[in-house]
Amino acid sequence: MEILLLIFLPLAGAIIVSLFGKHQQAKTAAFIWSLLSLGFTGYLLDGFDPAAGTQFTVDFPWLLSLGSRFNAGIDGISMLLVLLTNALVPLIILASFSHNYKSPGAFYGLILFMQSGLLLVFTALDAFLFYVGWEIALIPIYFICAIWGGSNRIKVNIKFFIYTFAGSLIMLLGIIYMAQQTPDKTFDLLGFYQLSLSTSEQSWVFLAFFMAFAIKMPIFPFHTWQPDTYTESPTAGTMLLSGIMLKMGTYGAIRWLIPVAPLGFAQWGQTALTLAVIGIVYASLIAFTQKDIKRLVAYSSIAHVGLIAAGIFVWNLQGLQGAMIQMLNHGLNVFGLFFVLDIIIRRLGTRDMDKMGGIAKMAPKFSITFLIILLGTVALPLTNGFIGEFLLLMGLYNYNIWASAIAGLTIILGAVYMLRMYQRIMFGPSADNTLTFADIAGTEKVVLFVVCALILFIGVYPKPLLAISETSTRELIDFVNGKIAGGSPTNY
Amino acid sequence: MEAVTQSIQGVPLNHYILLSAIIFSIGVMGVLIRRNAIIIFMSIELMLNAVNLLFTAFSAHRGDAAGQVFVFFVMALAAAEVAIGLAIIVMIYRNTNSTDINVLNRLKW
Amino acid sequence: MINLVWLIPLFPLIGFLINGLGRSFLPKGAVGFIGSLTVFLSFAVSLGIFFELNGSVTKSFTIQLFDWIQVGNLSIPFSFQVDPLSSLMLLIVTGIGFLIHVYSIGYMHHDTGFAKFFSYLNLFVFFMLLLVLGSNYVVMFIGWEGVGLCSYLLIGFWFSNPAYASAAKKAFVMNRIGDLGFLIAIFLIFNTFNSVEFAKVFPQAASLTAGSDVITLITILLFVGATGKSAQIPLFTWLPDAMAGPTPVSALIHAATMVTAGIYMIARSNILFTLAPFTLDIIAVVGLATAILAALIAITQTDIKKVLAYSTVSQLGYMFLGLGVGAYTGAFFHVITHAFFKALLFLGAGSVIHAVSNEQDMRSMGGLKSKLPVTFYTMLMGTIAISGLPPFSGFFSKDEILAHAYEHSKLLWLIGVIGAMFTAFYMFRMLFLTFFGKFRGTTEQQAHLHESPASMTFPLIVLAVLSIIGGFIGVPEALHGNHWLAGFLEPVFSASEQRTGASHLDHSTEYILMTVSVIAAVVASFIAYLRYARNNHVPVPDTAERTAFANVSYNKFYIDEIYDALITKPLNILSGFFYRIVDKTFIDGFVNGLGRATAEAGKGLRLLQTGNIGFYIFIMIAGIVALLVYGFYNI
Repeated sequence: MEILLLIFLPLAGAIIVSLFGKHQQAKTAAFIWSLLSLGFTGYLLDGFDPAAGTQFTVDFPWLLSLGSRFNAGIDGISMLLVLLTNALVPLIILASFSHNYKSPGAFYGLILFMQSGLLLVFTALDAFLFYVGWEIALIPIYFICAIWGGSNRIKVNIKFFIYTFAGSLIMLLGIIYMAQQTPDKTFDLLGFYQLSLSTSEQSWVFLAFFMAFAIKMPIFPFHTWQPDTYTESPTAGTMLLSGIMLKMGTYGAIRWLIPVAPLGFAQWGQTALTLAVIGIVYASLIAFTQKDIKRLVAYSSIAHVGLIAAGIFVWNLQGLQGAMIQMLNHGLNVFGLFFVLDIIIRRLGTRDMDKMGGIAKMAPKFSITFLIILLGTVALPLTNGFIGEFLLLMGLYNYNIWASAIAGLTIILGAVYMLRMYQRIMFGPSADNTLTFADIAGTEKVVLFVVCALILFIGVYPKPLLAISETSTRELIDFVNGKIAGGSPTNY
Repeated sequence: MEAVTQSIQGVPLNHYILLSAIIFSIGVMGVLIRRNAIIIFMSIELMLNAVNLLFTAFSAHRGDAAGQVFVFFVMALAAAEVAIGLAIIVMIYRNTNSTDINVLNRLKW
Repeated sequence: MINLVWLIPLFPLIGFLINGLGRSFLPKGAVGFIGSLTVFLSFAVSLGIFFELNGSVTKSFTIQLFDWIQVGNLSIPFSFQVDPLSSLMLLIVTGIGFLIHVYSIGYMHHDTGFAKFFSYLNLFVFFMLLLVLGSNYVVMFIGWEGVGLCSYLLIGFWFSNPAYASAAKKAFVMNRIGDLGFLIAIFLIFNTFNSVEFAKVFPQAASLTAGSDVITLITILLFVGATGKSAQIPLFTWLPDAMAGPTPVSALIHAATMVTAGIYMIARSNILFTLAPFTLDIIAVVGLATAILAALIAITQTDIKKVLAYSTVSQLGYMFLGLGVGAYTGAFFHVITHAFFKALLFLGAGSVIHAVSNEQDMRSMGGLKSKLPVTFYTMLMGTIAISGLPPFSGFFSKDEILAHAYEHSKLLWLIGVIGAMFTAFYMFRMLFLTFFGKFRGTTEQQAHLHESPASMTFPLIVLAVLSIIGGFIGVPEALHGNHWLAGFLEPVFSASEQRTGASHLDHSTEYILMTVSVIAAVVASFIAYLRYARNNHVPVPDTAERTAFANVSYNKFYIDEIYDALITKPLNILSGFFYRIVDKTFIDGFVNGLGRATAEAGKGLRLLQTGNIGFYIFIMIAGIVALLVYGFYNI
């Protein structure tokens, strides 16, 4: 029953918060409510046994006529993402305290609503339920971006919505096909796992699921909705999108793509891996010459997610564990980066880095926290990014040295564009508009300090986090490899 | 009743089918070719009655009353349809001073 | 004592935290005291460890702190290794680090970022100590990248100047290029030996056959890492630019410690390199080429720090030459002596710059001998030491490298000696231009000339003494010494030496080699004396015509420009091409095209809805007929 509470707590919060309407107290209420979720996650984490497989399961009849049950549970892989979601949402809400959005009740209500959808995605063990969560998460973010976004928001968001929705529908086809193949026509995940379809069937299913996940992550060349959407969305929306929502894609690839269609993976995994690796270099290179700082970070996010995806598609323990911890790290770092950019954009009123400079002199605390987040992003040792990228590159290496070397270029290229951005914004002589740049204070300080502390803590002591998912990932890998090797479906 | 049935059965079924087909086709052509709404309406009646004829013929030949029941239904519906349809045509005429259906092409794109 | 090794990096870390967090309210005196004290405490612990190790029978200790990364069979503990190599390096880092901290108290006194400077400096020492102490490649890599970060922060210390900020970025990025090589080497090592712990890798490696592909690849990748950190061809151009940082930084990071990390790493992995003769040849050639190239550039530079920077690159080249010819002890010996005299020279240069109001161009100096006596005499010691005149420290270490080079190939030796001549020439040129003749700066600068405070001269004196006597830890047998250093480092290099065999130059050959190099150095310094001290020759201003060679040398062989044209510009163009053509036009154009195609198709299809009822009916009937026909043929 804990799962139900976990999923529906934010939903209840969404209803309560939306009652605040136009009162700005909505943000405080939303923040407190999201802390409740975080606290509850802590309670779950306390009772969680990494070695024990799926836990806290609920399973009761839901849409029986369709063959769908409300079946959800948490294993190590889900746990990390639940943790990410529930830790990041309070931070995102806190980070938006300096904004006074119109109709805050609706704004924060939608954020909490989305949290419910995300949690549903990360815990669902029934394909239909998964799909429902997948779409539930999309609706609020569409409204957040389309109502509170920048000047070009409508056009950009229609593209985003249709693009991701088209991907989802293709996945739905795959889900329905799989359900038709199960003996009693159910959507149960484990039922999907037990099936042994032919290679060509699995290839089609793989491609159908892959479309949805590749668009959501996004993987090259399905990424073009992303920079525009990140740039035009309100900062909180960008944070939700980049920090949590794109992990739906990577999570989906781990839980729903590869184990559901192992032979399809054997067929197409290499193509997917190649796309991911191309995306790393491609997006990094594009980030080189971006002048718009939000767009620059958007492209850098494509590169980093490409590395995570590559780590998943090599499908070995280092790669997958690296992907797991890097999902957490990327969420944290990209949230921090967008928050930093938000502070800059709000104070300077521009996104063009050529119009900035010399902020470090005015705001030393800000410059240090910015630097730490940046170092986490470029994977300096003793920051969280290093743990993830080290494991990911090692996983890639175990697959192929060239894949590792090319993906490893991100270490160099990332340093180039990130430091270039840092230099343009923070160093050099002060411009007119940066002379009065105020240092961080209040909630800004709290958020940035928490982010920096987490970045350093994970970098120095990643073991507890790695331990959460290790058993689950190893079992999943063994299961899939067993199926690819041609054995009859083993118990999972 | 018996006599009527027998006299209907006296004509081979093929003749009825042929006649109905001809009447029905005349109706179809009327609907397709004519532009006056009232004449189109009459052509539709023609088609309905061609079917009615067929119903009765089959009913008599097979000794099954269900066909005749259908005829009553069709006639009732046709009556209702004429009531509404003529009313619409009258309204159209009042508005456009014409019963030419080619004038009524505003509902497009 | 050895169990307390974790204290060594901990002290500077504490210093970093105190100075970093308290930078806005701690008084400068407290900041300087804390910064220096923490490093001194580390030095004290290092000394204790050194003596304990010297007296101990076991020569290698591993101290595990905690499990860091643990995934499947990959287990990377956070652990330290104490052995002769690391203990000596600890002494250099903490000892010279301490002196430079003390020096900085005086040098940075007027700077507003005083506390920030000390916190960064402490952080650097912390990372450098991690690099030295790491018992596996990954912990070493932490330090390796960490010192790169500190280098970035300190080069860009005066970040308001865009050129300085760019120099910082350049240093970081070039280091990162090398770091990628290092990282892939780590993966390769783990894959080959199933561990990244030194204590597990090296014994396994010792049993492998020499020249296998894997080992060659590993060592080449490690060497790529070393070229980045230690500024070798092709990744050396960041080091001269790094002179943008405050002078104590140049002394500590870009002369004495960080840039020698590459040599330390190769010396640490010596067994792997011994097994890869091909890589060793590459190292020797690259090292020598760097040594000569940098020396050629140094002889025409007019910025006092640039001369020293190129000299550093050149000396690092000699160290790599030493590694390449298998003289691990000699290379590390040169690391030690170079740390002494190059730190001294940089600090002396800093003292000069301090005295002439931040002027760095030697064309505006001259005649400072009488005004800055302590600086002059200490720098003279340093210059003699780097020129390789006996019995100063540089003589012994450079000679050991050259002797091994001779054994390896006479050509390498010959070029090495020519390079040493250049070294003597440009160093004495710098000395004469700075301290001899008449003062060429402005009168304001002249009025301001003063000897530096005691906090700055004290480190100079200590380092000068070390530069003079430092060589005696490695007096070769030919000179009736017992080469204490070789004996002390023997446990680290023994496996390699078993494979290569000991040196077999006879003493008479060694005498000849020594004599030749000493004569070369004397001749070169005498030419410098004639040209710059007696004839008072001053380099021409930037606008003047130069001879073709001088022009190329003065412009650093246009290497930055070549890199810019070959790498930076094409990448930027590629970036623009990807963004505008591939991304916006092609991929996004395709996506938008799909949307537009749908819209266009709708536009076309809607024309079917003409509003003409007759047409609708016709279509309907046609449809019915079509269905009938279809049904007729199918039933």
